Amino acid sequence: MNNLKRLLRQESVWIPIISIVIGIVIGAIVMLIGGYDPLLAYSSLVQKIFGSVYDVGETLRQIVPLILAGLAVAIAFRGGMFNIGVEGQIVMGSLGALMVGNMIDLPPIIHGIVAIIVGALFGGIWGALVAIFKVKRGLNEVISCIMLNWIALYISHITIKAFMAEAGTSRSQMIHDSASIQIQWLSDLFNGARIHWGFFIVIFILIGYYYYMNRTKWGYELRAVGYNKHAAEYAGMNVSSIAIRTFFISGAIGGLIGTFEVLGVFKYMAIAANTSGTGFDGIAVALLGMNSALGVFLSSTLFGALYYGAQGMSFGADVPPEVIKMVISIIIFFAAAPGAIRMFIKMFKRKSKREEG
Amino acid sequence: MDILANLLNGTFVFATALIFASLGGVIVERTGVINLGLEGFMVSGAFSAAITTHYAESAGLGGASPWLGLLGAMIFTLIFSGIHALASIKFKANQVISGIVVNLLAASSTFFMVKLLFEGAAETPIIDHVFHKWSIPFLSDIPFLGNAFFTAYPTTFIAYIFVFVVWFVMYKTPLGLRMRAVGEHPGAADTAGVKVNRLRTLSILVGGSVAALGGATVALTANSSFAQNTISGQGFIALAAVIFGKWNPVGAFGAAIFFGFAQALKDQVVIYDWASNIPTEVFYMLPYLLTLLVLLFAVGRSSGPSALGEPYDPGKR
Repeated sequence: MNNLKRLLRQESVWIPIISIVIGIVIGAIVMLIGGYDPLLAYSSLVQKIFGSVYDVGETLRQIVPLILAGLAVAIAFRGGMFNIGVEGQIVMGSLGALMVGNMIDLPPIIHGIVAIIVGALFGGIWGALVAIFKVKRGLNEVISCIMLNWIALYISHITIKAFMAEAGTSRSQMIHDSASIQIQWLSDLFNGARIHWGFFIVIFILIGYYYYMNRTKWGYELRAVGYNKHAAEYAGMNVSSIAIRTFFISGAIGGLIGTFEVLGVFKYMAIAANTSGTGFDGIAVALLGMNSALGVFLSSTLFGALYYGAQGMSFGADVPPEVIKMVISIIIFFAAAPGAIRMFIKMFKRKSKREEG
Repeated sequence: MDILANLLNGTFVFATALIFASLGGVIVERTGVINLGLEGFMVSGAFSAAITTHYAESAGLGGASPWLGLLGAMIFTLIFSGIHALASIKFKANQVISGIVVNLLAASSTFFMVKLLFEGAAETPIIDHVFHKWSIPFLSDIPFLGNAFFTAYPTTFIAYIFVFVVWFVMYKTPLGLRMRAVGEHPGAADTAGVKVNRLRTLSILVGGSVAALGGATVALTANSSFAQNTISGQGFIALAAVIFGKWNPVGAFGAAIFFGFAQALKDQVVIYDWASNIPTEVFYMLPYLLTLLVLLFAVGRSSGPSALGEPYDPGKR
């Protein structure tokens, strides 16, 4: 009991928890004002998530890209850098995986492995560009990320239309069956939910992230740069190469998101007018998870479940799924501004004191 | 010549929204606050302008409706600029994240409200009383120049006035001097008696409303309604224009024209035979690619306000 109390007193624990509670409560208030039934809405959300084996599997499928996006943002965050280019890195990863999956013939399994490696490489190079621009030309990473996101999107359109167009649709041709990384017997077990290699790879990446950050020289250097760039440089660390290395890893993780979606879930790549938005979700995940491996895992589980459950909410209680996006943005607001929570608590305490006296 | 005039005319149509939004960005960022929420301000502006105009129209206000729409956009967007100010000034949150929160919240809450107000519709009803192009008497009769410069939506002319006003305030008045001082060295400005956080809050609110006019422009000229794709990325391009224009209102104006030109080019060039072999996406990509190249090779190291992104804490001087 005492341990629990001590745990709850840590900032990295109570800030996210209270933020989540406030987000859900404000979401309920918004629904009430809009004339919806929040209890029905939230219960149909939960029902959707745990409704059937298929739903559980698909919820997990939704969580996998969020974990990766969160880690991609978090690793850059730890070094004091901002990767809002995960969107573009996802696109490049998808494109790399699609090209290997569609244009090359290889035996099964090997085909999948090669496609995953190429996808990660594409994303990594796209991410490294950001850092190269930053250290060589002093270009702010936020702005180059935004430009690279759009450029990646249009490069993917051009490439798909030129080499892999599926006539009459706005998507690419399918990847070859040999490149699929979906696990058929597990998918059957989950009634057709799309379970793929990524479910297991992501666990290794989570552990790897923890190990890299806390147990390796590179991770130590990264954290040092994040705390104080100038001190790190003075201590003899090569800040430029650390930045490029970090953005490469971050981009490679981002690339894996696209890779898994193409090879394991959709088997094709859509020609969409916009990027997926998963990269921006990653910022929310990393923030709420305080950039730690465990935190990213927990917060992406929450967001993934909320996103998937939102479909049930519009189905069961007729509430527009945008409410869930509002809830998530309110959660991020409070997680990013803990001062707001402290003010709330102070006001609450003062009020209860006045009532006592 | 006609083609060139059309191209220029199209340039100003596309550029107007970007001019407003990038001015909003300049106003905020010059005082040292990162404004990644431009996209959200534009979404909110487009939404509230469409809604206000729609209801004003239903109330029988006719031609005055779009003007009320502009006003509505400026007032409604104070909610979102207020959130940005609250998070980044009062609670000293990371300003980039605060901007992203504004974007997410503006997008989700406006679409929610559209569905709520119009029984699940994906967009607002089409507005009848949108802005129409004005031709300045006499000047618009000049060959070439008339079509290129003096026939435009009223919002375009308003945007020119705004550029001048922001430039004038920023560089010719004590208020502008204070704003720039707060962005460069808040500690020194504080010592000189400037209320740093109050000025920053004020400029976030004003900048948000100016950026909202950019969104309103899109809804009331090109689109005549508000839907999920009305604003898609223009806010981020406007942010690029701020940096490209070196945080100067006139520079941002020039950059906005440049992006407008790249967009207009795409519409004009597809008419030609030689262009039909080039995938249209190349032209879509062009503005972003050009921006990146220009920022990389022409502008040199970007020289933003020195205190950009740092919350000001008087105790830490």
